[in-house]
Amino acid sequence: MNAMRVMLIKSLRILAAAMTALRRNVMRSVLTTLGIVIGVGAVIAMMEIGNGSSNAIQKTIASMGANTLMIFPGAAASGGISFGAGSTMTLTPQDSDAIIKECPSVRATAPVIRSKNAPVIFGSKNWVPSEIDGTTPEFLEVREWPVAEGATFDDRDVRNAARVCVVGQTLVRELFQGQSPIGEEVRLQNVSLRVVGVLNKKGASMGGRDQDDILIAPWTTIKFRVSGATTANTVTVAPAAGTGTATQRGALYPGSAAGIYAARSAIQTKNSPMPVRMITVDQIIVSATSAAEAKDATAEITGLLHDRHHLAEGEVDDFKIIDMAEIASVMSATTVMMTRLLLAVAMISLVVGGVGIMNIMLVSVTERTKEIGLRMAVGARGADILRQFLTESVVLCLAGGAMGIALGRGSSYLVSKFLHWPTLPSLGAIIASVLVSASVGIIFGFYPAWKASRLDPIEALRYE
Amino acid sequence: MNLIELRDIRKTFYLGEVVLPVLKGISLDIAKGEMVALTGASGSGKSTLMNTLGCLDRPTSGDYALDGEEVSRLSNDARARMRNLKMGFVFQNFNLLPRTTAHMQVMMPLLYGAEYISQKEARTRAEAMLVRVGLADRMDHQPSQLSGGQQQRVALARALINRPPLLLADEPTGNLDSQTTREVLALFKQLNEQDGITILIVTHDPKVATSCRRVIRMADGLIEADEITVGGAL
Repeated sequence: MNAMRVMLIKSLRILAAAMTALRRNVMRSVLTTLGIVIGVGAVIAMMEIGNGSSNAIQKTIASMGANTLMIFPGAAASGGISFGAGSTMTLTPQDSDAIIKECPSVRATAPVIRSKNAPVIFGSKNWVPSEIDGTTPEFLEVREWPVAEGATFDDRDVRNAARVCVVGQTLVRELFQGQSPIGEEVRLQNVSLRVVGVLNKKGASMGGRDQDDILIAPWTTIKFRVSGATTANTVTVAPAAGTGTATQRGALYPGSAAGIYAARSAIQTKNSPMPVRMITVDQIIVSATSAAEAKDATAEITGLLHDRHHLAEGEVDDFKIIDMAEIASVMSATTVMMTRLLLAVAMISLVVGGVGIMNIMLVSVTERTKEIGLRMAVGARGADILRQFLTESVVLCLAGGAMGIALGRGSSYLVSKFLHWPTLPSLGAIIASVLVSASVGIIFGFYPAWKASRLDPIEALRYE
Repeated sequence: MNLIELRDIRKTFYLGEVVLPVLKGISLDIAKGEMVALTGASGSGKSTLMNTLGCLDRPTSGDYALDGEEVSRLSNDARARMRNLKMGFVFQNFNLLPRTTAHMQVMMPLLYGAEYISQKEARTRAEAMLVRVGLADRMDHQPSQLSGGQQQRVALARALINRPPLLLADEPTGNLDSQTTREVLALFKQLNEQDGITILIVTHDPKVATSCRRVIRMADGLIEADEITVGGAL
């Protein structure tokens, strides 16, 4: 206990002596620390800005529905000529049902039919939402998107092509001026739809698109009543090796859906064993049970769709699966890499700051040779001198570190305030900076301090 | 009882090929409470003797007992400890720290090896020491605000803060005018007589030398004369 006290008093005295020595030359001390201030400031600012961006990206990813896979129709090819992605409609709502039934790694799926952008009219207001989707109630499950008010439509609405819809916050704002739209009727291409639910606010997507600018309705409603232009209400037989296509006007209502099957001749059946796909969708969105299962889900879906679409071994897929998690990870990897790069540059400036400290400490040792001699004459051991000079450089570095933290936090605040970049305060960065600046002080202060401790008192006292 | 006992102290410097004997066998006893002047021409070896006595340097051979303890073969750290506890130094050019108050100057030696003294006690002791050398009203002055004599007093207070039995003064009056010299010497004498501190003054100045009871004159690495003067006459 007593030994502890003695240690404490001694440390405090050494600290006080170091402070006195540094105060003797305030301007020089401040300029010496400038390198550390800038270095630590840069590290902190980089960390906060970097963390902010990756956090923002992660939030966006989460808002798009984590673990989401998107299945798009693939490219049609005829006689060796590819028509590019989306040139044929190969996905059906039945594909969606089959996926959820047969793929264990899939949590939910929903077919999506995109309607062309058309004005939604309520009273005297109108607004063109950026997205009008026909889908199933599972859509919201896949997107992990709860309903803020009211309820979503249900499976019966889908079967009946009920005239109902759910709207996003942007529509509520634009059409209803913030009043509850539940129970109101809006018109979409002369079809009257009753609003049954309002979605939660979701914010912008990775691409910066407003995700709340959306109207969703049962896909049957969109397909048969509203009639999306992207997928004309036609029944398509896949153009299999130029054996001819059969198109037929589909019935307007699902009640007579049975009638839309094209009659197939015997030759057709022989030539193309493919079942006729009656109703196609623009995409199927799938949610894997977890991010780790996304790869398994992709494989399972690929296998399943191969079977369902009767694709022979080695034949080009007529669909394309996009893993959102993959896109997201690429995006966050880019941010992480940029952050690390900037961090490396900031670290270099810390090292430069450390060299500056070493330089000044060496000058200081030479300049104070006489003082060192005197201290030795009154009983300082080499270790005492070493400790004292080391304390000085560590105090310099820590003071620089503290100022650097303030500078870094200040600049990241300014960046978020005026440039509106997302930043995130990072306690880890602050702790790391303190440790790094103390280490810089010890590493770069050691050589000068060691040099001071090795002086011969007689020589040092005589030094002019 | 003798505070200092030197037996056949020799110091030889080796400058490459050249062998330079500086002290050629010095034996000397200084009793507690003595006030001794050490004189001699330049190159007579008095500085080297002073460094040896001050535990700043080790003799090549010979024995040196300080306050009953053999110190000639101690390690660097042990000699630092001896310097801290057993002696105080006063220099010709005062050797004060720049831009540091007198009070802080005096407390400086307490940083090394006086951990058992509380900060408050250290402060009180430094104040008492400054009062003792007559600088009660100059405690917060920096060297640049003090006259030469005052600076030397600060140095003296610093030398004595650890209450050492021995004071080594290397040309303490070399940078002072005659009036201040007299004052500083009077202070030395007072400390010697009232506090019983043994004082060894290295000097060129015969006036300073004769103010001491005992004068040791060195020449060519040996003690040429060691005489008791009438003493005390300033």
